[in-house]
Amino acid sequence: MIDPLSIFLLLLSASTPILFAALGELVAERAGILNLGVEGMMIAGALAGFAAAYATGNPFLGFAVAALAGAAISLLYTLLTQVFLANQVASGLALTLFGLGLAAMFGKPFEGVKAPPMPDGPFGINWIVWLGLLMVPVIWWFLNRTRRGLILRAVGENHEAAHALGYDVHLTRTAAIAFGGAMAGVGGAFISIATVLQWTEGMTAGAGWIALAIVVFSSWTAFGVLAGAWLFGGVTVLQLRLQAAEVDVPVQLLSMAPYLATIIVLVLISARQTYSRKAGGAAPGSLGNNFHALR
Amino acid sequence: MQRRTLLASASAILMALAVPAMAQDEPLKVGFIYVGPVGDGGWTYQHDLARQAVEAEYGDKVETTFIESVPEGADAERALTQLALAGNKLIFATSFGFMDPVMNVAAKFPDVKFEHATGYKTAPNVATYDARFYEGRAVIGTIAGHMTESNKIGYIGSFPIPEVIQGINSSFIHAKKVNPDVEMKVVWAYSWFDPAKEADAAAALLAEGVDVILQHTDSTAPLAKAQEAGAIGFGQASDMAAFKPSPRVASIIDEWSPYYIKRVGAMLDGTWETGSSWAGIGDGEVVIGEITDAVPAEVKAEAEALRDKIGAGEYHPFTGPLNKADGSEWLAEGETAPDSDLQGMNFFVEGITAQIPQ
Repeated sequence: MIDPLSIFLLLLSASTPILFAALGELVAERAGILNLGVEGMMIAGALAGFAAAYATGNPFLGFAVAALAGAAISLLYTLLTQVFLANQVASGLALTLFGLGLAAMFGKPFEGVKAPPMPDGPFGINWIVWLGLLMVPVIWWFLNRTRRGLILRAVGENHEAAHALGYDVHLTRTAAIAFGGAMAGVGGAFISIATVLQWTEGMTAGAGWIALAIVVFSSWTAFGVLAGAWLFGGVTVLQLRLQAAEVDVPVQLLSMAPYLATIIVLVLISARQTYSRKAGGAAPGSLGNNFHALR
Repeated sequence: MQRRTLLASASAILMALAVPAMAQDEPLKVGFIYVGPVGDGGWTYQHDLARQAVEAEYGDKVETTFIESVPEGADAERALTQLALAGNKLIFATSFGFMDPVMNVAAKFPDVKFEHATGYKTAPNVATYDARFYEGRAVIGTIAGHMTESNKIGYIGSFPIPEVIQGINSSFIHAKKVNPDVEMKVVWAYSWFDPAKEADAAAALLAEGVDVILQHTDSTAPLAKAQEAGAIGFGQASDMAAFKPSPRVASIIDEWSPYYIKRVGAMLDGTWETGSSWAGIGDGEVVIGEITDAVPAEVKAEAEALRDKIGAGEYHPFTGPLNKADGSEWLAEGETAPDSDLQGMNFFVEGITAQIPQ
């Protein structure tokens, strides 16, 4: 009765903002950075991207500007955690609050105007959706098959060992944070430029927090992030679609499902850590810890 | 915490010293608490426009302040207390969830008058006000019934509460009146404002073959989705003029200015009394935004005639014969719905096959 292909097409675009944000956060977390500022970076990208797309009439330029804006606002987090060695959790929360407020302030002139239309990509699917899908293998390849990816993971697993080997922990982390910011910015801009076509205050409505949950769900792997984004996006789409088709399902149960799945995955991960001889814990060893060379 | 208490009591003392001395020339202070940001482009935005209208109307005689994005619940009590301590004599609380905080704070400040939007609890210093949005829904339902080609209308609901159910019933009744084959698909977003989810909800409806979307959520995302698919929709809460002339073919605008101006005026001349106001098109609280040329002229004329009839009080959108969805009789021929039925409405009318979630 419900055509699975149409569900899949809806799922693709519904999951794109959280896919971008979660992939960015994945790279940051693999470098040992727990950045809770995803929501703030997304909203910054949503506004900057929308403003640029509106001003120039070119949505693609909007996405480029969104990436820059996300990376730029993440510099604040870098300053706090890499220079002043402030607590990562508190700094991340501050970044979210700051980003929401800043975007609300600068967004005033852009209320009520409309973004330029986006041309469709191949198969009538948005170009940015394709870009998001492409980023999954690219990030997997970078993390697992390149030297720089290996250094980044080393910094995330044990920053002291990485430092002893002569790798610049702060530089690596700064780059990872900026990349995370850029990806979150593009994810946010997808909401303002491709989905809603308007700027409204607080329009990311918690997507950044879901992205953080997805990274945990993925056990810190790129394809896991894709699966997580599809699960979260897919459940939303499916429950709305079931309602529209008048299938009687408890909406609350479906809305709960991805979070339940995240908890189950966490339990499985910790069970594997406890009982398996292979001590390959999923979370990066230095996640959330700041590094100082003199300590 | 202690510092804050100190500041609060210090300002309260200053206020107590200052007020008697200058009572004569002091403007009337009016406070507002909003549930969302003033830039939401919908619900809160309209309340803030009305606040500005009050300032424009009374000039130096009033001084208004607002606190935006106040969460419903305990935090609202803090915000209300803050406004009351700051010397505001009339305070508007603009969301349903502020109801109990308003009652609690009002009990502590008997000299301060409170106005609570969409609630049902009153006190000697607490009045409630609401708008008959279902009157506007009747008008856009008529347009929707004429405009649909697939005979499927979609409705994005926020929460299954009486106000939203009234809207769904009213638009369905009037769509069916002009198009007996019309079907209504309902999707609940469980949010007043979540653009991404509203877009997904619209996409789900469009995938079901819907070509006209009505919404009771505040973002423009459903209109953007409708445009992509060549469907039409309506502005909600504010005009959403950026999507004219299509997909936004008309809109329901919440216009609080007449009420706010009236109530502030009553405060100024000392005639303020508690009460429950529930005004509609006739009082200018529910406004139908421009019906664009995407709608055929005769449909536009019909919709406007209906709007004027409702406004003049000649027609009630819930006039019998009407049955409930389970087939039982609700209103007999010619009978109109009493307000008590509407305020507690928890059923769909006959012809809507969707279920209301429990």
